[in-house]
Amino acid sequence: METYSFLRQLADSWGLLAMFAFFVGIVIWAFRPGSGKVHSDTANIPFRHENRPAPASGDDTPAAN
Amino acid sequence: MLNYLKLIVLGLIAIFSMIAINYARDVAYLIHAIIVLAVSAGLFLWVLRHTDEPAAPAPQNEYMDDVVRFGVIATAFWGVIGFIAGTFIASQLAFPALNFDWAQGYLNFGRLRPLHTSAVIFAFGGNALIATSFYVVQRTSAARLWGGNLAWFVFWGYQLVIVLAATGYVLGSTHAKEYAEPEWYVDWMLTIVWVAYLAVFVGTIVRRKEPHIYVANWFYLSFILTVAMLHVFNNLAIPVSIWGSKSVQVFSGVQDAMTQWWYGHNAVGFFLTAGFLGMMYYFIPKQAERPVFSYKLSIIHFWALIFIYIWAGPHHLHYTALPDWASTLGMVFSVVLWMPSWGGMINGLMTLSGAWDKLRTDPVIRMMVISVGFYGMSTFEGPMMSIRAVNSLSHYTDWTIGHVHSGALGWNGMITFGALYFLVPKLWNRERLYSLSMVSWHFWLATIGIVLYAASMWVTGIMEGLMWREVDANGFLVNSFADTVGAKFPMYVVRALGGVLYVAGGVIMCYNLWMTVKRAPAVEARAATAHATPAE
Repeated sequence: METYSFLRQLADSWGLLAMFAFFVGIVIWAFRPGSGKVHSDTANIPFRHENRPAPASGDDTPAAN
Repeated sequence: MLNYLKLIVLGLIAIFSMIAINYARDVAYLIHAIIVLAVSAGLFLWVLRHTDEPAAPAPQNEYMDDVVRFGVIATAFWGVIGFIAGTFIASQLAFPALNFDWAQGYLNFGRLRPLHTSAVIFAFGGNALIATSFYVVQRTSAARLWGGNLAWFVFWGYQLVIVLAATGYVLGSTHAKEYAEPEWYVDWMLTIVWVAYLAVFVGTIVRRKEPHIYVANWFYLSFILTVAMLHVFNNLAIPVSIWGSKSVQVFSGVQDAMTQWWYGHNAVGFFLTAGFLGMMYYFIPKQAERPVFSYKLSIIHFWALIFIYIWAGPHHLHYTALPDWASTLGMVFSVVLWMPSWGGMINGLMTLSGAWDKLRTDPVIRMMVISVGFYGMSTFEGPMMSIRAVNSLSHYTDWTIGHVHSGALGWNGMITFGALYFLVPKLWNRERLYSLSMVSWHFWLATIGIVLYAASMWVTGIMEGLMWREVDANGFLVNSFADTVGAKFPMYVVRALGGVLYVAGGVIMCYNLWMTVKRAPAVEARAATAHATPAE
């Protein structure tokens, strides 16, 4: 089979399936139990460290607010 | 030590460009060699004069904001230049006498059109993306930019690419690929700059102090990576001579067309959408002072958008030599794309839930909200136009141009203005903007300008499409091409008027930002707290 037909068939069969499965996996991962806390912490990143970087050494914990 | 290396490289570039001036085979190449010589020789002298000065170590407890400040200035500057160029070529279409006889071959519509598109997309939009991404990645990683002066190389290298591209268009050096017009050496230069940009961005993310990568950075990163890939593949070309600007494409025929529109549509999808969504996901929460509506939705928005956008390109090639399956694929994915686009729009708008009153008092957030509104409108219009039956009416007409501008002026322009109004007081340590009523003026001038533009292009586009397909009882075409050109005149005047309003808004913005830096009260130096103060 020449390259064109092979790639064309791969794209609309296994390739499509693999990408779709990957995407569904991401959606399931986003809704995993316990993700809510992580997400609300991450969503608040823009409201920390507005004026200067986090201190270089020591605590990596974000300023509590 | 590094300075010696810099001197050697700059010296070699200067010598090479002198040889290039001598052997140059065309005017554009000659002028570009002179520009490169001036820049490299000037930098050589500058490095030489500073080479024995001890370099102060970069303060790691501060953000690197100088380069962002320069980026903000460049964004505003190129924005106004690009808007003026667009308004001028719109006027040229309405009044052909503006294609001056004395400037034929330099300033006629065909030469200025790529100048306009590149100025607004790559100079205005690109500088906005580089500046905001440097600002956002530092704040959301809680780390200083990686790579020291590499960020400066990215900024100035990008400006050089813009200048080379713009002068090249006027002098007739072009690939003749839409939105990828610069010739081979400018492409190579941009590739080097872009790799440096990627390194700075990823390096900063790697050094982050936050455990997670904020969603805006995901969008910025996908924009940088995808544009690198698109740029390299679409510009695969072999120079005819190393002393001339002409090069020959590696692909030909329908492969070349498909590569071009795979590039072209993803320039829209990743440059003008993903990158600007990065801006949306940072600046709207900041201006509204509340976190994004749903972080889960933003994750799904990101992955759905990048998985789908990359396939939508073939809708630019309906009814051509492209295989049917590819054209159908492009159409289907374009229609599916509607969902992540509107998911993102809802996420941006709903971030204001509980703070809608700010719309009444804060013209900056009004600007951001209308930008997301235009995003929603143009991402509804686009999928509709990609359907083959609709496309048979809309393709090659002004409807397409209207669609592009409702996205570019509405979405990209307005979110950038919003980001600039947010950034300037922060970057120059001002308490507030110089004048909020000027922001309101800008808002209304720009909005009315876009409405005039989009509405006139809908009318003229659909009229043109209907005139082209009209046949009489015997099956003959009723209208010649020139008939449609004549019929479009009033709408072209309205469009140029819309452009004038948009330019006026941009000029008001520049004045307002300038006065903000000059006159607005400075933030009183509160005790330099090492820890960020909580958002009030």
